[in-house]
Amino acid sequence: MEVSVTINGTAQSHDVEARQLLVDFVRSTVGLTGTHIGCDTTSCGVCTVLLDGVPVKACTVLAAQADGHEVTTVEGLKADGELHAVQKAFKENHGLQCGFCTPAMMLVGAALLESNDDPTEDEIRWAISGNLCRCTGYMNIVKSIQAAAAEGRAQ
Amino acid sequence: MTATPDLATPPEIGGIGHSVLRREDDRLIEGQGDFLDDVALPGMLHMAIHRSPVAHARIRGIDTEAASAVDGVVAVVTGELMAAHNLAWMPTLSGDTQAVLATDKVRYQGQEVAAVIATDPYVAADAAALIEVDYDMLPAVTGPQQSLSADAPLIRDEKEGQTDNLVYTWESGDAEATDAVFAEAAKVVTLETFYPRSHPAPLETCGIVADVNSVTGQATVYLTSQAPHAHRTLFALVAGLPEQNIRIISPDLGGGFGNKVPIYPGYVVATAASLLLGTPVKWIESRSDNLISTGFGRDYHMRGELALDAGGRILALRADVLSDQGAFYSDAQPSNFRAGLFHVVTGSYDFAAAHVTCRGAFTNKAPGGVAYRCSFRITEASYLIERLVQNAAYEIGMDPADFRLLNFIREDQFPYTTPTGFTYDSGDYHTALRKAMDEVGYTELRATQAAAREEGRLLGIGIAHFTEAVGAGPSRTYDIAGLKMFDSAELRVHPTGKAILKLGVKTQGQGHETTFAQIVASELGIPVTDIKVVHGDTDNTPYGLGTYASRSTPTSGAATSMVSRKLADKARKIAAHLLEAAEADIDLAAGVFSVRGTPERSVTIQDVAFAAYTNMPEGLEHGLEGVSYYDPPNLTFPYGSYIVVVEVDAETGVWKVDRMVALDDCGVRINPMIVEGQIHGGLTEGFAKSSMQWITFDDDGNCIGANFMDYLVPTAWETPRFELLETCVPSPHHPIGAKGVGESATVGSPAAYVNAVIDAVAHLGVRNIDMPVLADRVWDAIESAS
Repeated sequence: MEVSVTINGTAQSHDVEARQLLVDFVRSTVGLTGTHIGCDTTSCGVCTVLLDGVPVKACTVLAAQADGHEVTTVEGLKADGELHAVQKAFKENHGLQCGFCTPAMMLVGAALLESNDDPTEDEIRWAISGNLCRCTGYMNIVKSIQAAAAEGRAQ
Repeated sequence: MTATPDLATPPEIGGIGHSVLRREDDRLIEGQGDFLDDVALPGMLHMAIHRSPVAHARIRGIDTEAASAVDGVVAVVTGELMAAHNLAWMPTLSGDTQAVLATDKVRYQGQEVAAVIATDPYVAADAAALIEVDYDMLPAVTGPQQSLSADAPLIRDEKEGQTDNLVYTWESGDAEATDAVFAEAAKVVTLETFYPRSHPAPLETCGIVADVNSVTGQATVYLTSQAPHAHRTLFALVAGLPEQNIRIISPDLGGGFGNKVPIYPGYVVATAASLLLGTPVKWIESRSDNLISTGFGRDYHMRGELALDAGGRILALRADVLSDQGAFYSDAQPSNFRAGLFHVVTGSYDFAAAHVTCRGAFTNKAPGGVAYRCSFRITEASYLIERLVQNAAYEIGMDPADFRLLNFIREDQFPYTTPTGFTYDSGDYHTALRKAMDEVGYTELRATQAAAREEGRLLGIGIAHFTEAVGAGPSRTYDIAGLKMFDSAELRVHPTGKAILKLGVKTQGQGHETTFAQIVASELGIPVTDIKVVHGDTDNTPYGLGTYASRSTPTSGAATSMVSRKLADKARKIAAHLLEAAEADIDLAAGVFSVRGTPERSVTIQDVAFAAYTNMPEGLEHGLEGVSYYDPPNLTFPYGSYIVVVEVDAETGVWKVDRMVALDDCGVRINPMIVEGQIHGGLTEGFAKSSMQWITFDDDGNCIGANFMDYLVPTAWETPRFELLETCVPSPHHPIGAKGVGESATVGSPAAYVNAVIDAVAHLGVRNIDMPVLADRVWDAIESAS
């Protein structure tokens, strides 16, 4: 079937199997490999993308369900050649180690800051609680999102 | 903190001791990491594995007809086909054999039985599900006690000479001397505890893209590998391929934690398929593939005893372990040490006698026995001694902190040889524990705990003071599958003064591309931003045994220092030539070579690098490059004092961490920011295992914990906040005094969390709750004690 999705601002149309998962559409059909796969049960969250600005786990969304919608992946965080505040903050606060969960974590962080520019630590921890990290123990991820929030408020 | 003043560098050079931001982050934060599943080659086929749904059964027949008929299926591979190429079985890292694809029996749920190669991963998975296997069911053996009983079915009936399920027996220490001390002891304290099976579960599963070119014979193998060079040699030995034609490329790894040390059956099948079909073949594990079939950790049933004198001094230790090895013995550990380095179980304490025994048993469970974020069974050892010590303190009515301070090895006793034969390099345990106690407010906390008890509230304070043994070699003692454990670094300085450093080890998130450049920056004064670090590609890096057991800094880090010093020696000669001075009069500091006494006469490392290619003195070869292979004279022994404060809800057994104060001494810290990040991660792993994360089996051998809904990994919501402290007693034998830290917190923290919960209910008489310390277990313990 024909699926048309605007990915990171660019309209894309592809003929795919009806059963194709959004994560495979993004990774294999479109070729954006910054979105990862870590489980089969919607548990780990490394496949998270933004669907019309809302975080979804792309391993449990069909590509067909994204037809006519906007998808943002990690490759779309940067705007006008400038890193997103969340991207800068993850580097500056050592918010990543192996980097496998990082694209998803940053997207969830960015989405949170869209609706709440001054989240508490608990609000951040709750927001990222659908995303697992095995390396960092989360403290520096929380710190990174706090730093990005502060940066956003300062502007 | 830097090792020695001459390694000090300003921030713009960014050597040892600077919290330099990570070089690898730039690609990772933009989604430009290059992970295994991102590899896509022209004509690449996809593989899916059909696994056994049962734990123990004889195979009567395999029907692949329906699978083969699926449109897009290129081949279906069974054990029979593998056997025709002598590849139905493969050697394990511990000298056993493991089925690649089952031919005779299946021996655990999830075992590999057949594989489908197809043009599309969805099609491969569809077809794999259509394979029908006719099984003759056999009784499943799911625990080592059951396995070693006389009437247990023989699991490894194909193994010549194997008449029972015993894998090995192993011992360390002096049985007679230890027994003699126990016979005279004023008090003996005993603990039986189980360290359950756990899985490293890196968020990226294991995978391979095998690309064997049938014309050239070149095998390029993209592999999730923590040890690419060792894997190349093992591929050569197992598959019979000429080693010069094998290139292992381990790209960015999404975590490893020991899971990516072994060679798995899927790797062998995919490589054989690529060889036979002449096309690249990709195989990526699903999460359940990963959890049910690849390298587990722990599964140790332990009994420990401490002999004490009347004053509370430890006199001797006895430890006995029953290890559940699963169906194939594939521990990733040195071949002379069947129980890994478990004999470090004497811990941080000074006493003369110890005897440690271990038996391994086959069961109908997945093989593995990997060093899950620890150095070869160190975590189990550290857990047992720290739990025992805490119980001993209760039994003699002494505060657990005071008991430790009484029994610690003293600073003036280092280097200290333990009764099981380790020589600890350096340490100051008393200072470490006292500093952690001061930070947490230990004395006041004990008063608060007593007051809370009066109100019926259960507060607990748990201590663990661990000592690790990491960084293997020395190569004369330690090997993996016969490959001796040393490691390497190759350094080349280009004419413009920029450098490329190539490592025998392989990062999985530890930040080698930053920290190893920092070592060169300190040694030669080349700014860290001018140094590119290459690793994970066997065609382009020197030989080494890889990254696990906290060995990268102790071995390859040391090699990086040594090769830098080789280059510094040559650079000094060139500088002397440029400055028209005697070589002996040249000093090097932070990248500047100057003439002693007239420091205004100087050249920079960049000047020297240019001259190495354009203006060499007579008699010296051109270029500025070298390689070092470093064989450490000893292990290193990082240590730490962790104190956890919990509150237990007496009504429900639910416990919550109020404080986690972690003091680590890992010697010199190359990049403090990265060290702290590693400790955060390790403390979380320790919390995971103590609170929720385990793999168990039902009586039929069905794996409970086959996905992230059953195998619970802590999220940001449950994970405690950590307070970190440090001391620094450098390793005396490491060139920059570093000890390794990647696993310290995973090793040390489980006992701290569990001791804290026990401490909350110890006054009721509770002395043990096995991990994971689930709320119902705590509630049961309270109920049975009262």
